[in-house]
Amino acid sequence: MRKKIVSIMVASAMTAAMLAGCGGAAQAPAAEAPAAETPAAEAPAAETPAAPAESAAPAESAAPAESAAPAGDEGSVLNIEVWNEEFKSRITDHYPGYEKVDDTTGKIGEVKVNWIITPSDDNAYQNNLDTVLPGNADAAADDKVDIFLVEADYALKYVDADANVAMPLKDLGIADGDLSKQYQYTKDVVTDANGDLRGASWQACSAGLIYNREAAKEVLGSDDPAEVQKAVADWKTFNETAKKMADKGYKMTSTVNDTYRVYSNNVSAPWVQDNAVVVDANIAQWVEDSKAMVDAKETTTAELWSDDWSKGFYPDGKVFCYFGPAWLINFSMHSDDATSIAGQGGWGLVTGPQGFYWGGTWICAAQGTDNPTLVKDIILTMTTDDAVMEEIAVKDSDCVNNKDVLTKLAGDSSFGNAILGGQNPYQMLADGAELVDMSNISIYDQGCNEEFQAAMKNYFDGNATYDEALAQFNKAIVEKYPELTAQ
Amino acid sequence: MNKAKKGNMARLNRWGYIFLIPFIVVFIIFQLIPLVNTIYNSFFENYRSGLKQIGPNFIGLANYASLFTGGDLIQYFENTMIMWVLGFIPQIVISLLLSAWFTNPSLRLKGQRFFKTVIYLPNLIMTSAFAMLFFTLFADSGPINSMLMQAGILSEPYSFMSHVGSVRGLVAFMNCLMWFGNTTILLMAGMMGISADLYEAAEVDGATPTQIFFKITMPLLRPIFIYVMITSLIGGLQMFDVPQILTNGTGDPMRSSMTLIMYLNKHLYSKNYGMAGALSVMLLILTGVLSFIVFRVTASDQVKKVR
Repeated sequence: MRKKIVSIMVASAMTAAMLAGCGGAAQAPAAEAPAAETPAAEAPAAETPAAPAESAAPAESAAPAESAAPAGDEGSVLNIEVWNEEFKSRITDHYPGYEKVDDTTGKIGEVKVNWIITPSDDNAYQNNLDTVLPGNADAAADDKVDIFLVEADYALKYVDADANVAMPLKDLGIADGDLSKQYQYTKDVVTDANGDLRGASWQACSAGLIYNREAAKEVLGSDDPAEVQKAVADWKTFNETAKKMADKGYKMTSTVNDTYRVYSNNVSAPWVQDNAVVVDANIAQWVEDSKAMVDAKETTTAELWSDDWSKGFYPDGKVFCYFGPAWLINFSMHSDDATSIAGQGGWGLVTGPQGFYWGGTWICAAQGTDNPTLVKDIILTMTTDDAVMEEIAVKDSDCVNNKDVLTKLAGDSSFGNAILGGQNPYQMLADGAELVDMSNISIYDQGCNEEFQAAMKNYFDGNATYDEALAQFNKAIVEKYPELTAQ
Repeated sequence: MNKAKKGNMARLNRWGYIFLIPFIVVFIIFQLIPLVNTIYNSFFENYRSGLKQIGPNFIGLANYASLFTGGDLIQYFENTMIMWVLGFIPQIVISLLLSAWFTNPSLRLKGQRFFKTVIYLPNLIMTSAFAMLFFTLFADSGPINSMLMQAGILSEPYSFMSHVGSVRGLVAFMNCLMWFGNTTILLMAGMMGISADLYEAAEVDGATPTQIFFKITMPLLRPIFIYVMITSLIGGLQMFDVPQILTNGTGDPMRSSMTLIMYLNKHLYSKNYGMAGALSVMLLILTGVLSFIVFRVTASDQVKKVR
């Protein structure tokens, strides 16, 4: 008898424990499950400040905090979706009234700031946005995403008018005039089909050709930017210079992918027209030029960011030039290593054959946010305030998205860059930002650019003809975007 | 008396069923429902474009049709099998040899435990880390190339990742290296189960070690051997992480190292449940058929006996 009772208990305990586990997960749809748990855990914390907040409301409005979030009718939690620490450190350093609480939370006045960091590896960041943004308006007040960041490559996907997950800036009360000092291309990237702006950036990542001064002296006879620019003024002279470099044992570029962005930023039409993928003439030109360069051993087919790519950061790598913006120069070229070219101040910067940009982060207000006033203030402060932007340029070496500030820095000789041998890059970057034209972007750019470079590598390596490589590109595109047809 | 016993049996049976409930429920929720769901999904057009959901629209067998008309499926199956066979043959040969040595009492190998641990170690490293390691080792300016150049074997770096043979070879080599320890241990378990009397009798009769291996060890090892073959085949068909990381998901050069699961993964970018479902169903059928063939061929005696 006793045995029987024990076995009933064991069996029911097993079944119950198991069903309990399943039941919990089954109650809420998978997407909401984590969200549903958070308020439970936070409830006590969230309630405590809420109660005094009301009583202390007059005291707070008297405080000089310019963020002055009207705590009364707006949310008490500001959720920010990001993929790295960059924006957090900019806010921490430059947004007035922001207090750091711990690594993933902060406070602005009475509002709690949550940093939700999802790395962008393997598309995880976008997958996360795809899950939370469409239902954002219906989420619980404290779980609503208020701000999310995007990169240029996929910005259009989120600022799309039909998708409507990013608020038009005019709905927040930000007028076009407020953004008058920003560069046009930074607006093109986040403009929807109706011409509404749905985001703003504090960075203008216009880029140029970064050349090895030593190689320039040896091969071109001078490392003066004006002289070097003549040797790379357009693709024809660029290719001729490549031959001279190869004769002296220098690779012109580290890999074919270095020049890809320059060509692809200067296309005459978007990648996709009427649901069909079209290879632009300028992209086809890249293939032709690159194939010739690879065959002549003037460059390689290594991946960007690989060790083979970055070996040219050292004198032994024997690479004449890289293409990149200020952040590449300041943070990626191993300038902290005294044996690198950057460490010895051996680089120079010129505009190069065509204007282009690389990188940059845009701030978007999530549709359904319950903190519109605060979000508006953050966007305005971080992307239009002259003083804040100058601070960012000085402290973080960002090339800021503000014509006045860049002009001022360009005229100040104390902003010479040690990595560039003392050259002040700001005039060139400011001019470059005016040249960039991003009116031909499409939501398919990221996939098309990645797959095109990957497919063409086969052609450059001699494993396929151009047509075969193109066929593989078309195949990959239809896999990624089933609604498209190949040419 | 008899009746009471029967009742007791029935009652015990009932407990058996109750104790089976957890497994059955877990199996239904995590295996059977997804399986049926996959088959159901494969008949629909169902994917995402950016933030827009397209479908689900019932389209019958259109997903299967587009899977076959491209002709890619056959190529990816070929790639998978080539890389599996390239890795499996050396793996099984080395494993048989090692396990025969380890279980042979007359050899009295010293430090057996040490070696058994060492050969199993590669399997403990995360596959992705292992693939990254090889990617770096065999990069154009990686250590392997610089060693070969310093030794005077190569005059300029050999681009391992741009040649069909070297990429497939590397994938096979890595799979072999990661799994031969595991196979050795399985085969050893099988060999230790063979009665020592048989070996002694054979030695008394004057059999050579080769004869002992082929006439005694191999026939008696067959059940374990079939198990190893089939699990390895299924594992091989599901080959993913090594080539995915080594080729950065492209399966290059010209998709000659793209496996079936890497192809499946390509459809997940657009959350294309229809195509991915159709591919999974094909994979299920393929795995079933191949396992059946392997079983039939290697276990033909047993099959006959049962008949």
